[in-house]
Amino acid sequence: MSEAFPTPPDLRTPFRALTPGTQPPNDFPEYGSTQKRHPKQPLLRIPQTVTEITGPRFSPSRYPSIIDLTRSGVHEALGERIIVRGRVLDEDGRPVPDTMLEIWQANAAGRYAHPRDQHDAPLDPHFRGEGRVFTDAQGWYQFTSIKPGAYPWRNHFNAWRPNHIHFSLFGPGFATRLITQMYFPGDPLLELDPIFHAVADEQARRRLIARFDIECTKPEWALGYRFDIVLRGRETAVAEE
Amino acid sequence: MPIATASQTIGPYWHLIEHPEFADLTRFGAVGERIALTGRVRDGDGAPVADCCVELWQASPAASETFPGYGRAATDSDGRFRFTTIRPGPLPGPGNVQQAPHVALNLLARGILGRLVTRAYFDAEPLNDTDPILALIDDPARRATLLARPAGEAVWHIDIRLQGEGETVFMAF
Ligand SMILES: [Fe+2]
Repeated sequence: MSEAFPTPPDLRTPFRALTPGTQPPNDFPEYGSTQKRHPKQPLLRIPQTVTEITGPRFSPSRYPSIIDLTRSGVHEALGERIIVRGRVLDEDGRPVPDTMLEIWQANAAGRYAHPRDQHDAPLDPHFRGEGRVFTDAQGWYQFTSIKPGAYPWRNHFNAWRPNHIHFSLFGPGFATRLITQMYFPGDPLLELDPIFHAVADEQARRRLIARFDIECTKPEWALGYRFDIVLRGRETAVAEE
Repeated sequence: MPIATASQTIGPYWHLIEHPEFADLTRFGAVGERIALTGRVRDGDGAPVADCCVELWQASPAASETFPGYGRAATDSDGRFRFTTIRPGPLPGPGNVQQAPHVALNLLARGILGRLVTRAYFDAEPLNDTDPILALIDDPARRATLLARPAGEAVWHIDIRLQGEGETVFMAF
């Protein structure tokens, strides 16, 4: 098997600093699990070297795509079918092509197919909740799933996570690694959720909420949602042409 | 200009994207000096972190068809993880200073809203003395938190402490 490992023209250019307020802190008391899991010493600021600037490459030949989470064999998952699509861009608005997105989520009842999830809600034998897609040359991705249910957690009294889908992305370098969550518009639980609110900047929080997309909605089949994701840009913008 | 999307925690149920074979970076037939890198992750109370996603990235040897350079491992109930990989060589660093052999580690877990990044170097490697990243750490005890130590034939072990006594040096870049 032969695979290309393309070298971007700006491979050695470091990634720019993240915008203050748009990323969550390590220590966020309202989210109780951060209490014993955040470093108390200041982070060591290091220059980006080849270790940080380069990163792993993934291809569907070695990491097969799972673009429809609703089907396992001939069976179909229960719940409200949805199509999620969007673009992965960098901070200069350039598409991030051929990058892997991993997706995982609860089922329609708000239960993960995970041994540690003890929420008293039904498992769906036809929904595992894992997806894997790759962006195309223009940075577009798309997958089909069911709308995940809200679920309780024990962070505080009567705590419920808003409906969400987990996303994992790599982008062009180790410095662009991103784990995030996509939320749904109009969810009343968002205002009460400390994980969502760990992001101080209101605009940055809003960008975690997908928007309903009639263009992506498939008649007689599924609602569509649009969720764009932006990865760190390079320090020096490089002209497209 | 768009701004980078906010990070959110990987949470306790990330094992839905866990594939145990990812922890073996030699599975595509890589050639080189095969080693195991084991570790143990503990929290501010010294308790094992049993739901951690540990990711490894190394720029040496260069990624290829037979070597992904990337691995992912889950910690067990005792906070332990294990990678099989190829021992890295030196790498270019800032200016003309060479970096000592190392791998980057990315820690993701419930209670980690972003990511905690550190490095594992190899104890007693002569290049460690001139490594430009290790040189940024004045306190030898802190620097030592980045050293994996021999733990058997071709096995290296690193203890990772998220908080408190012996807290690992975590990095921002
Ligand atoms: Fe979740």
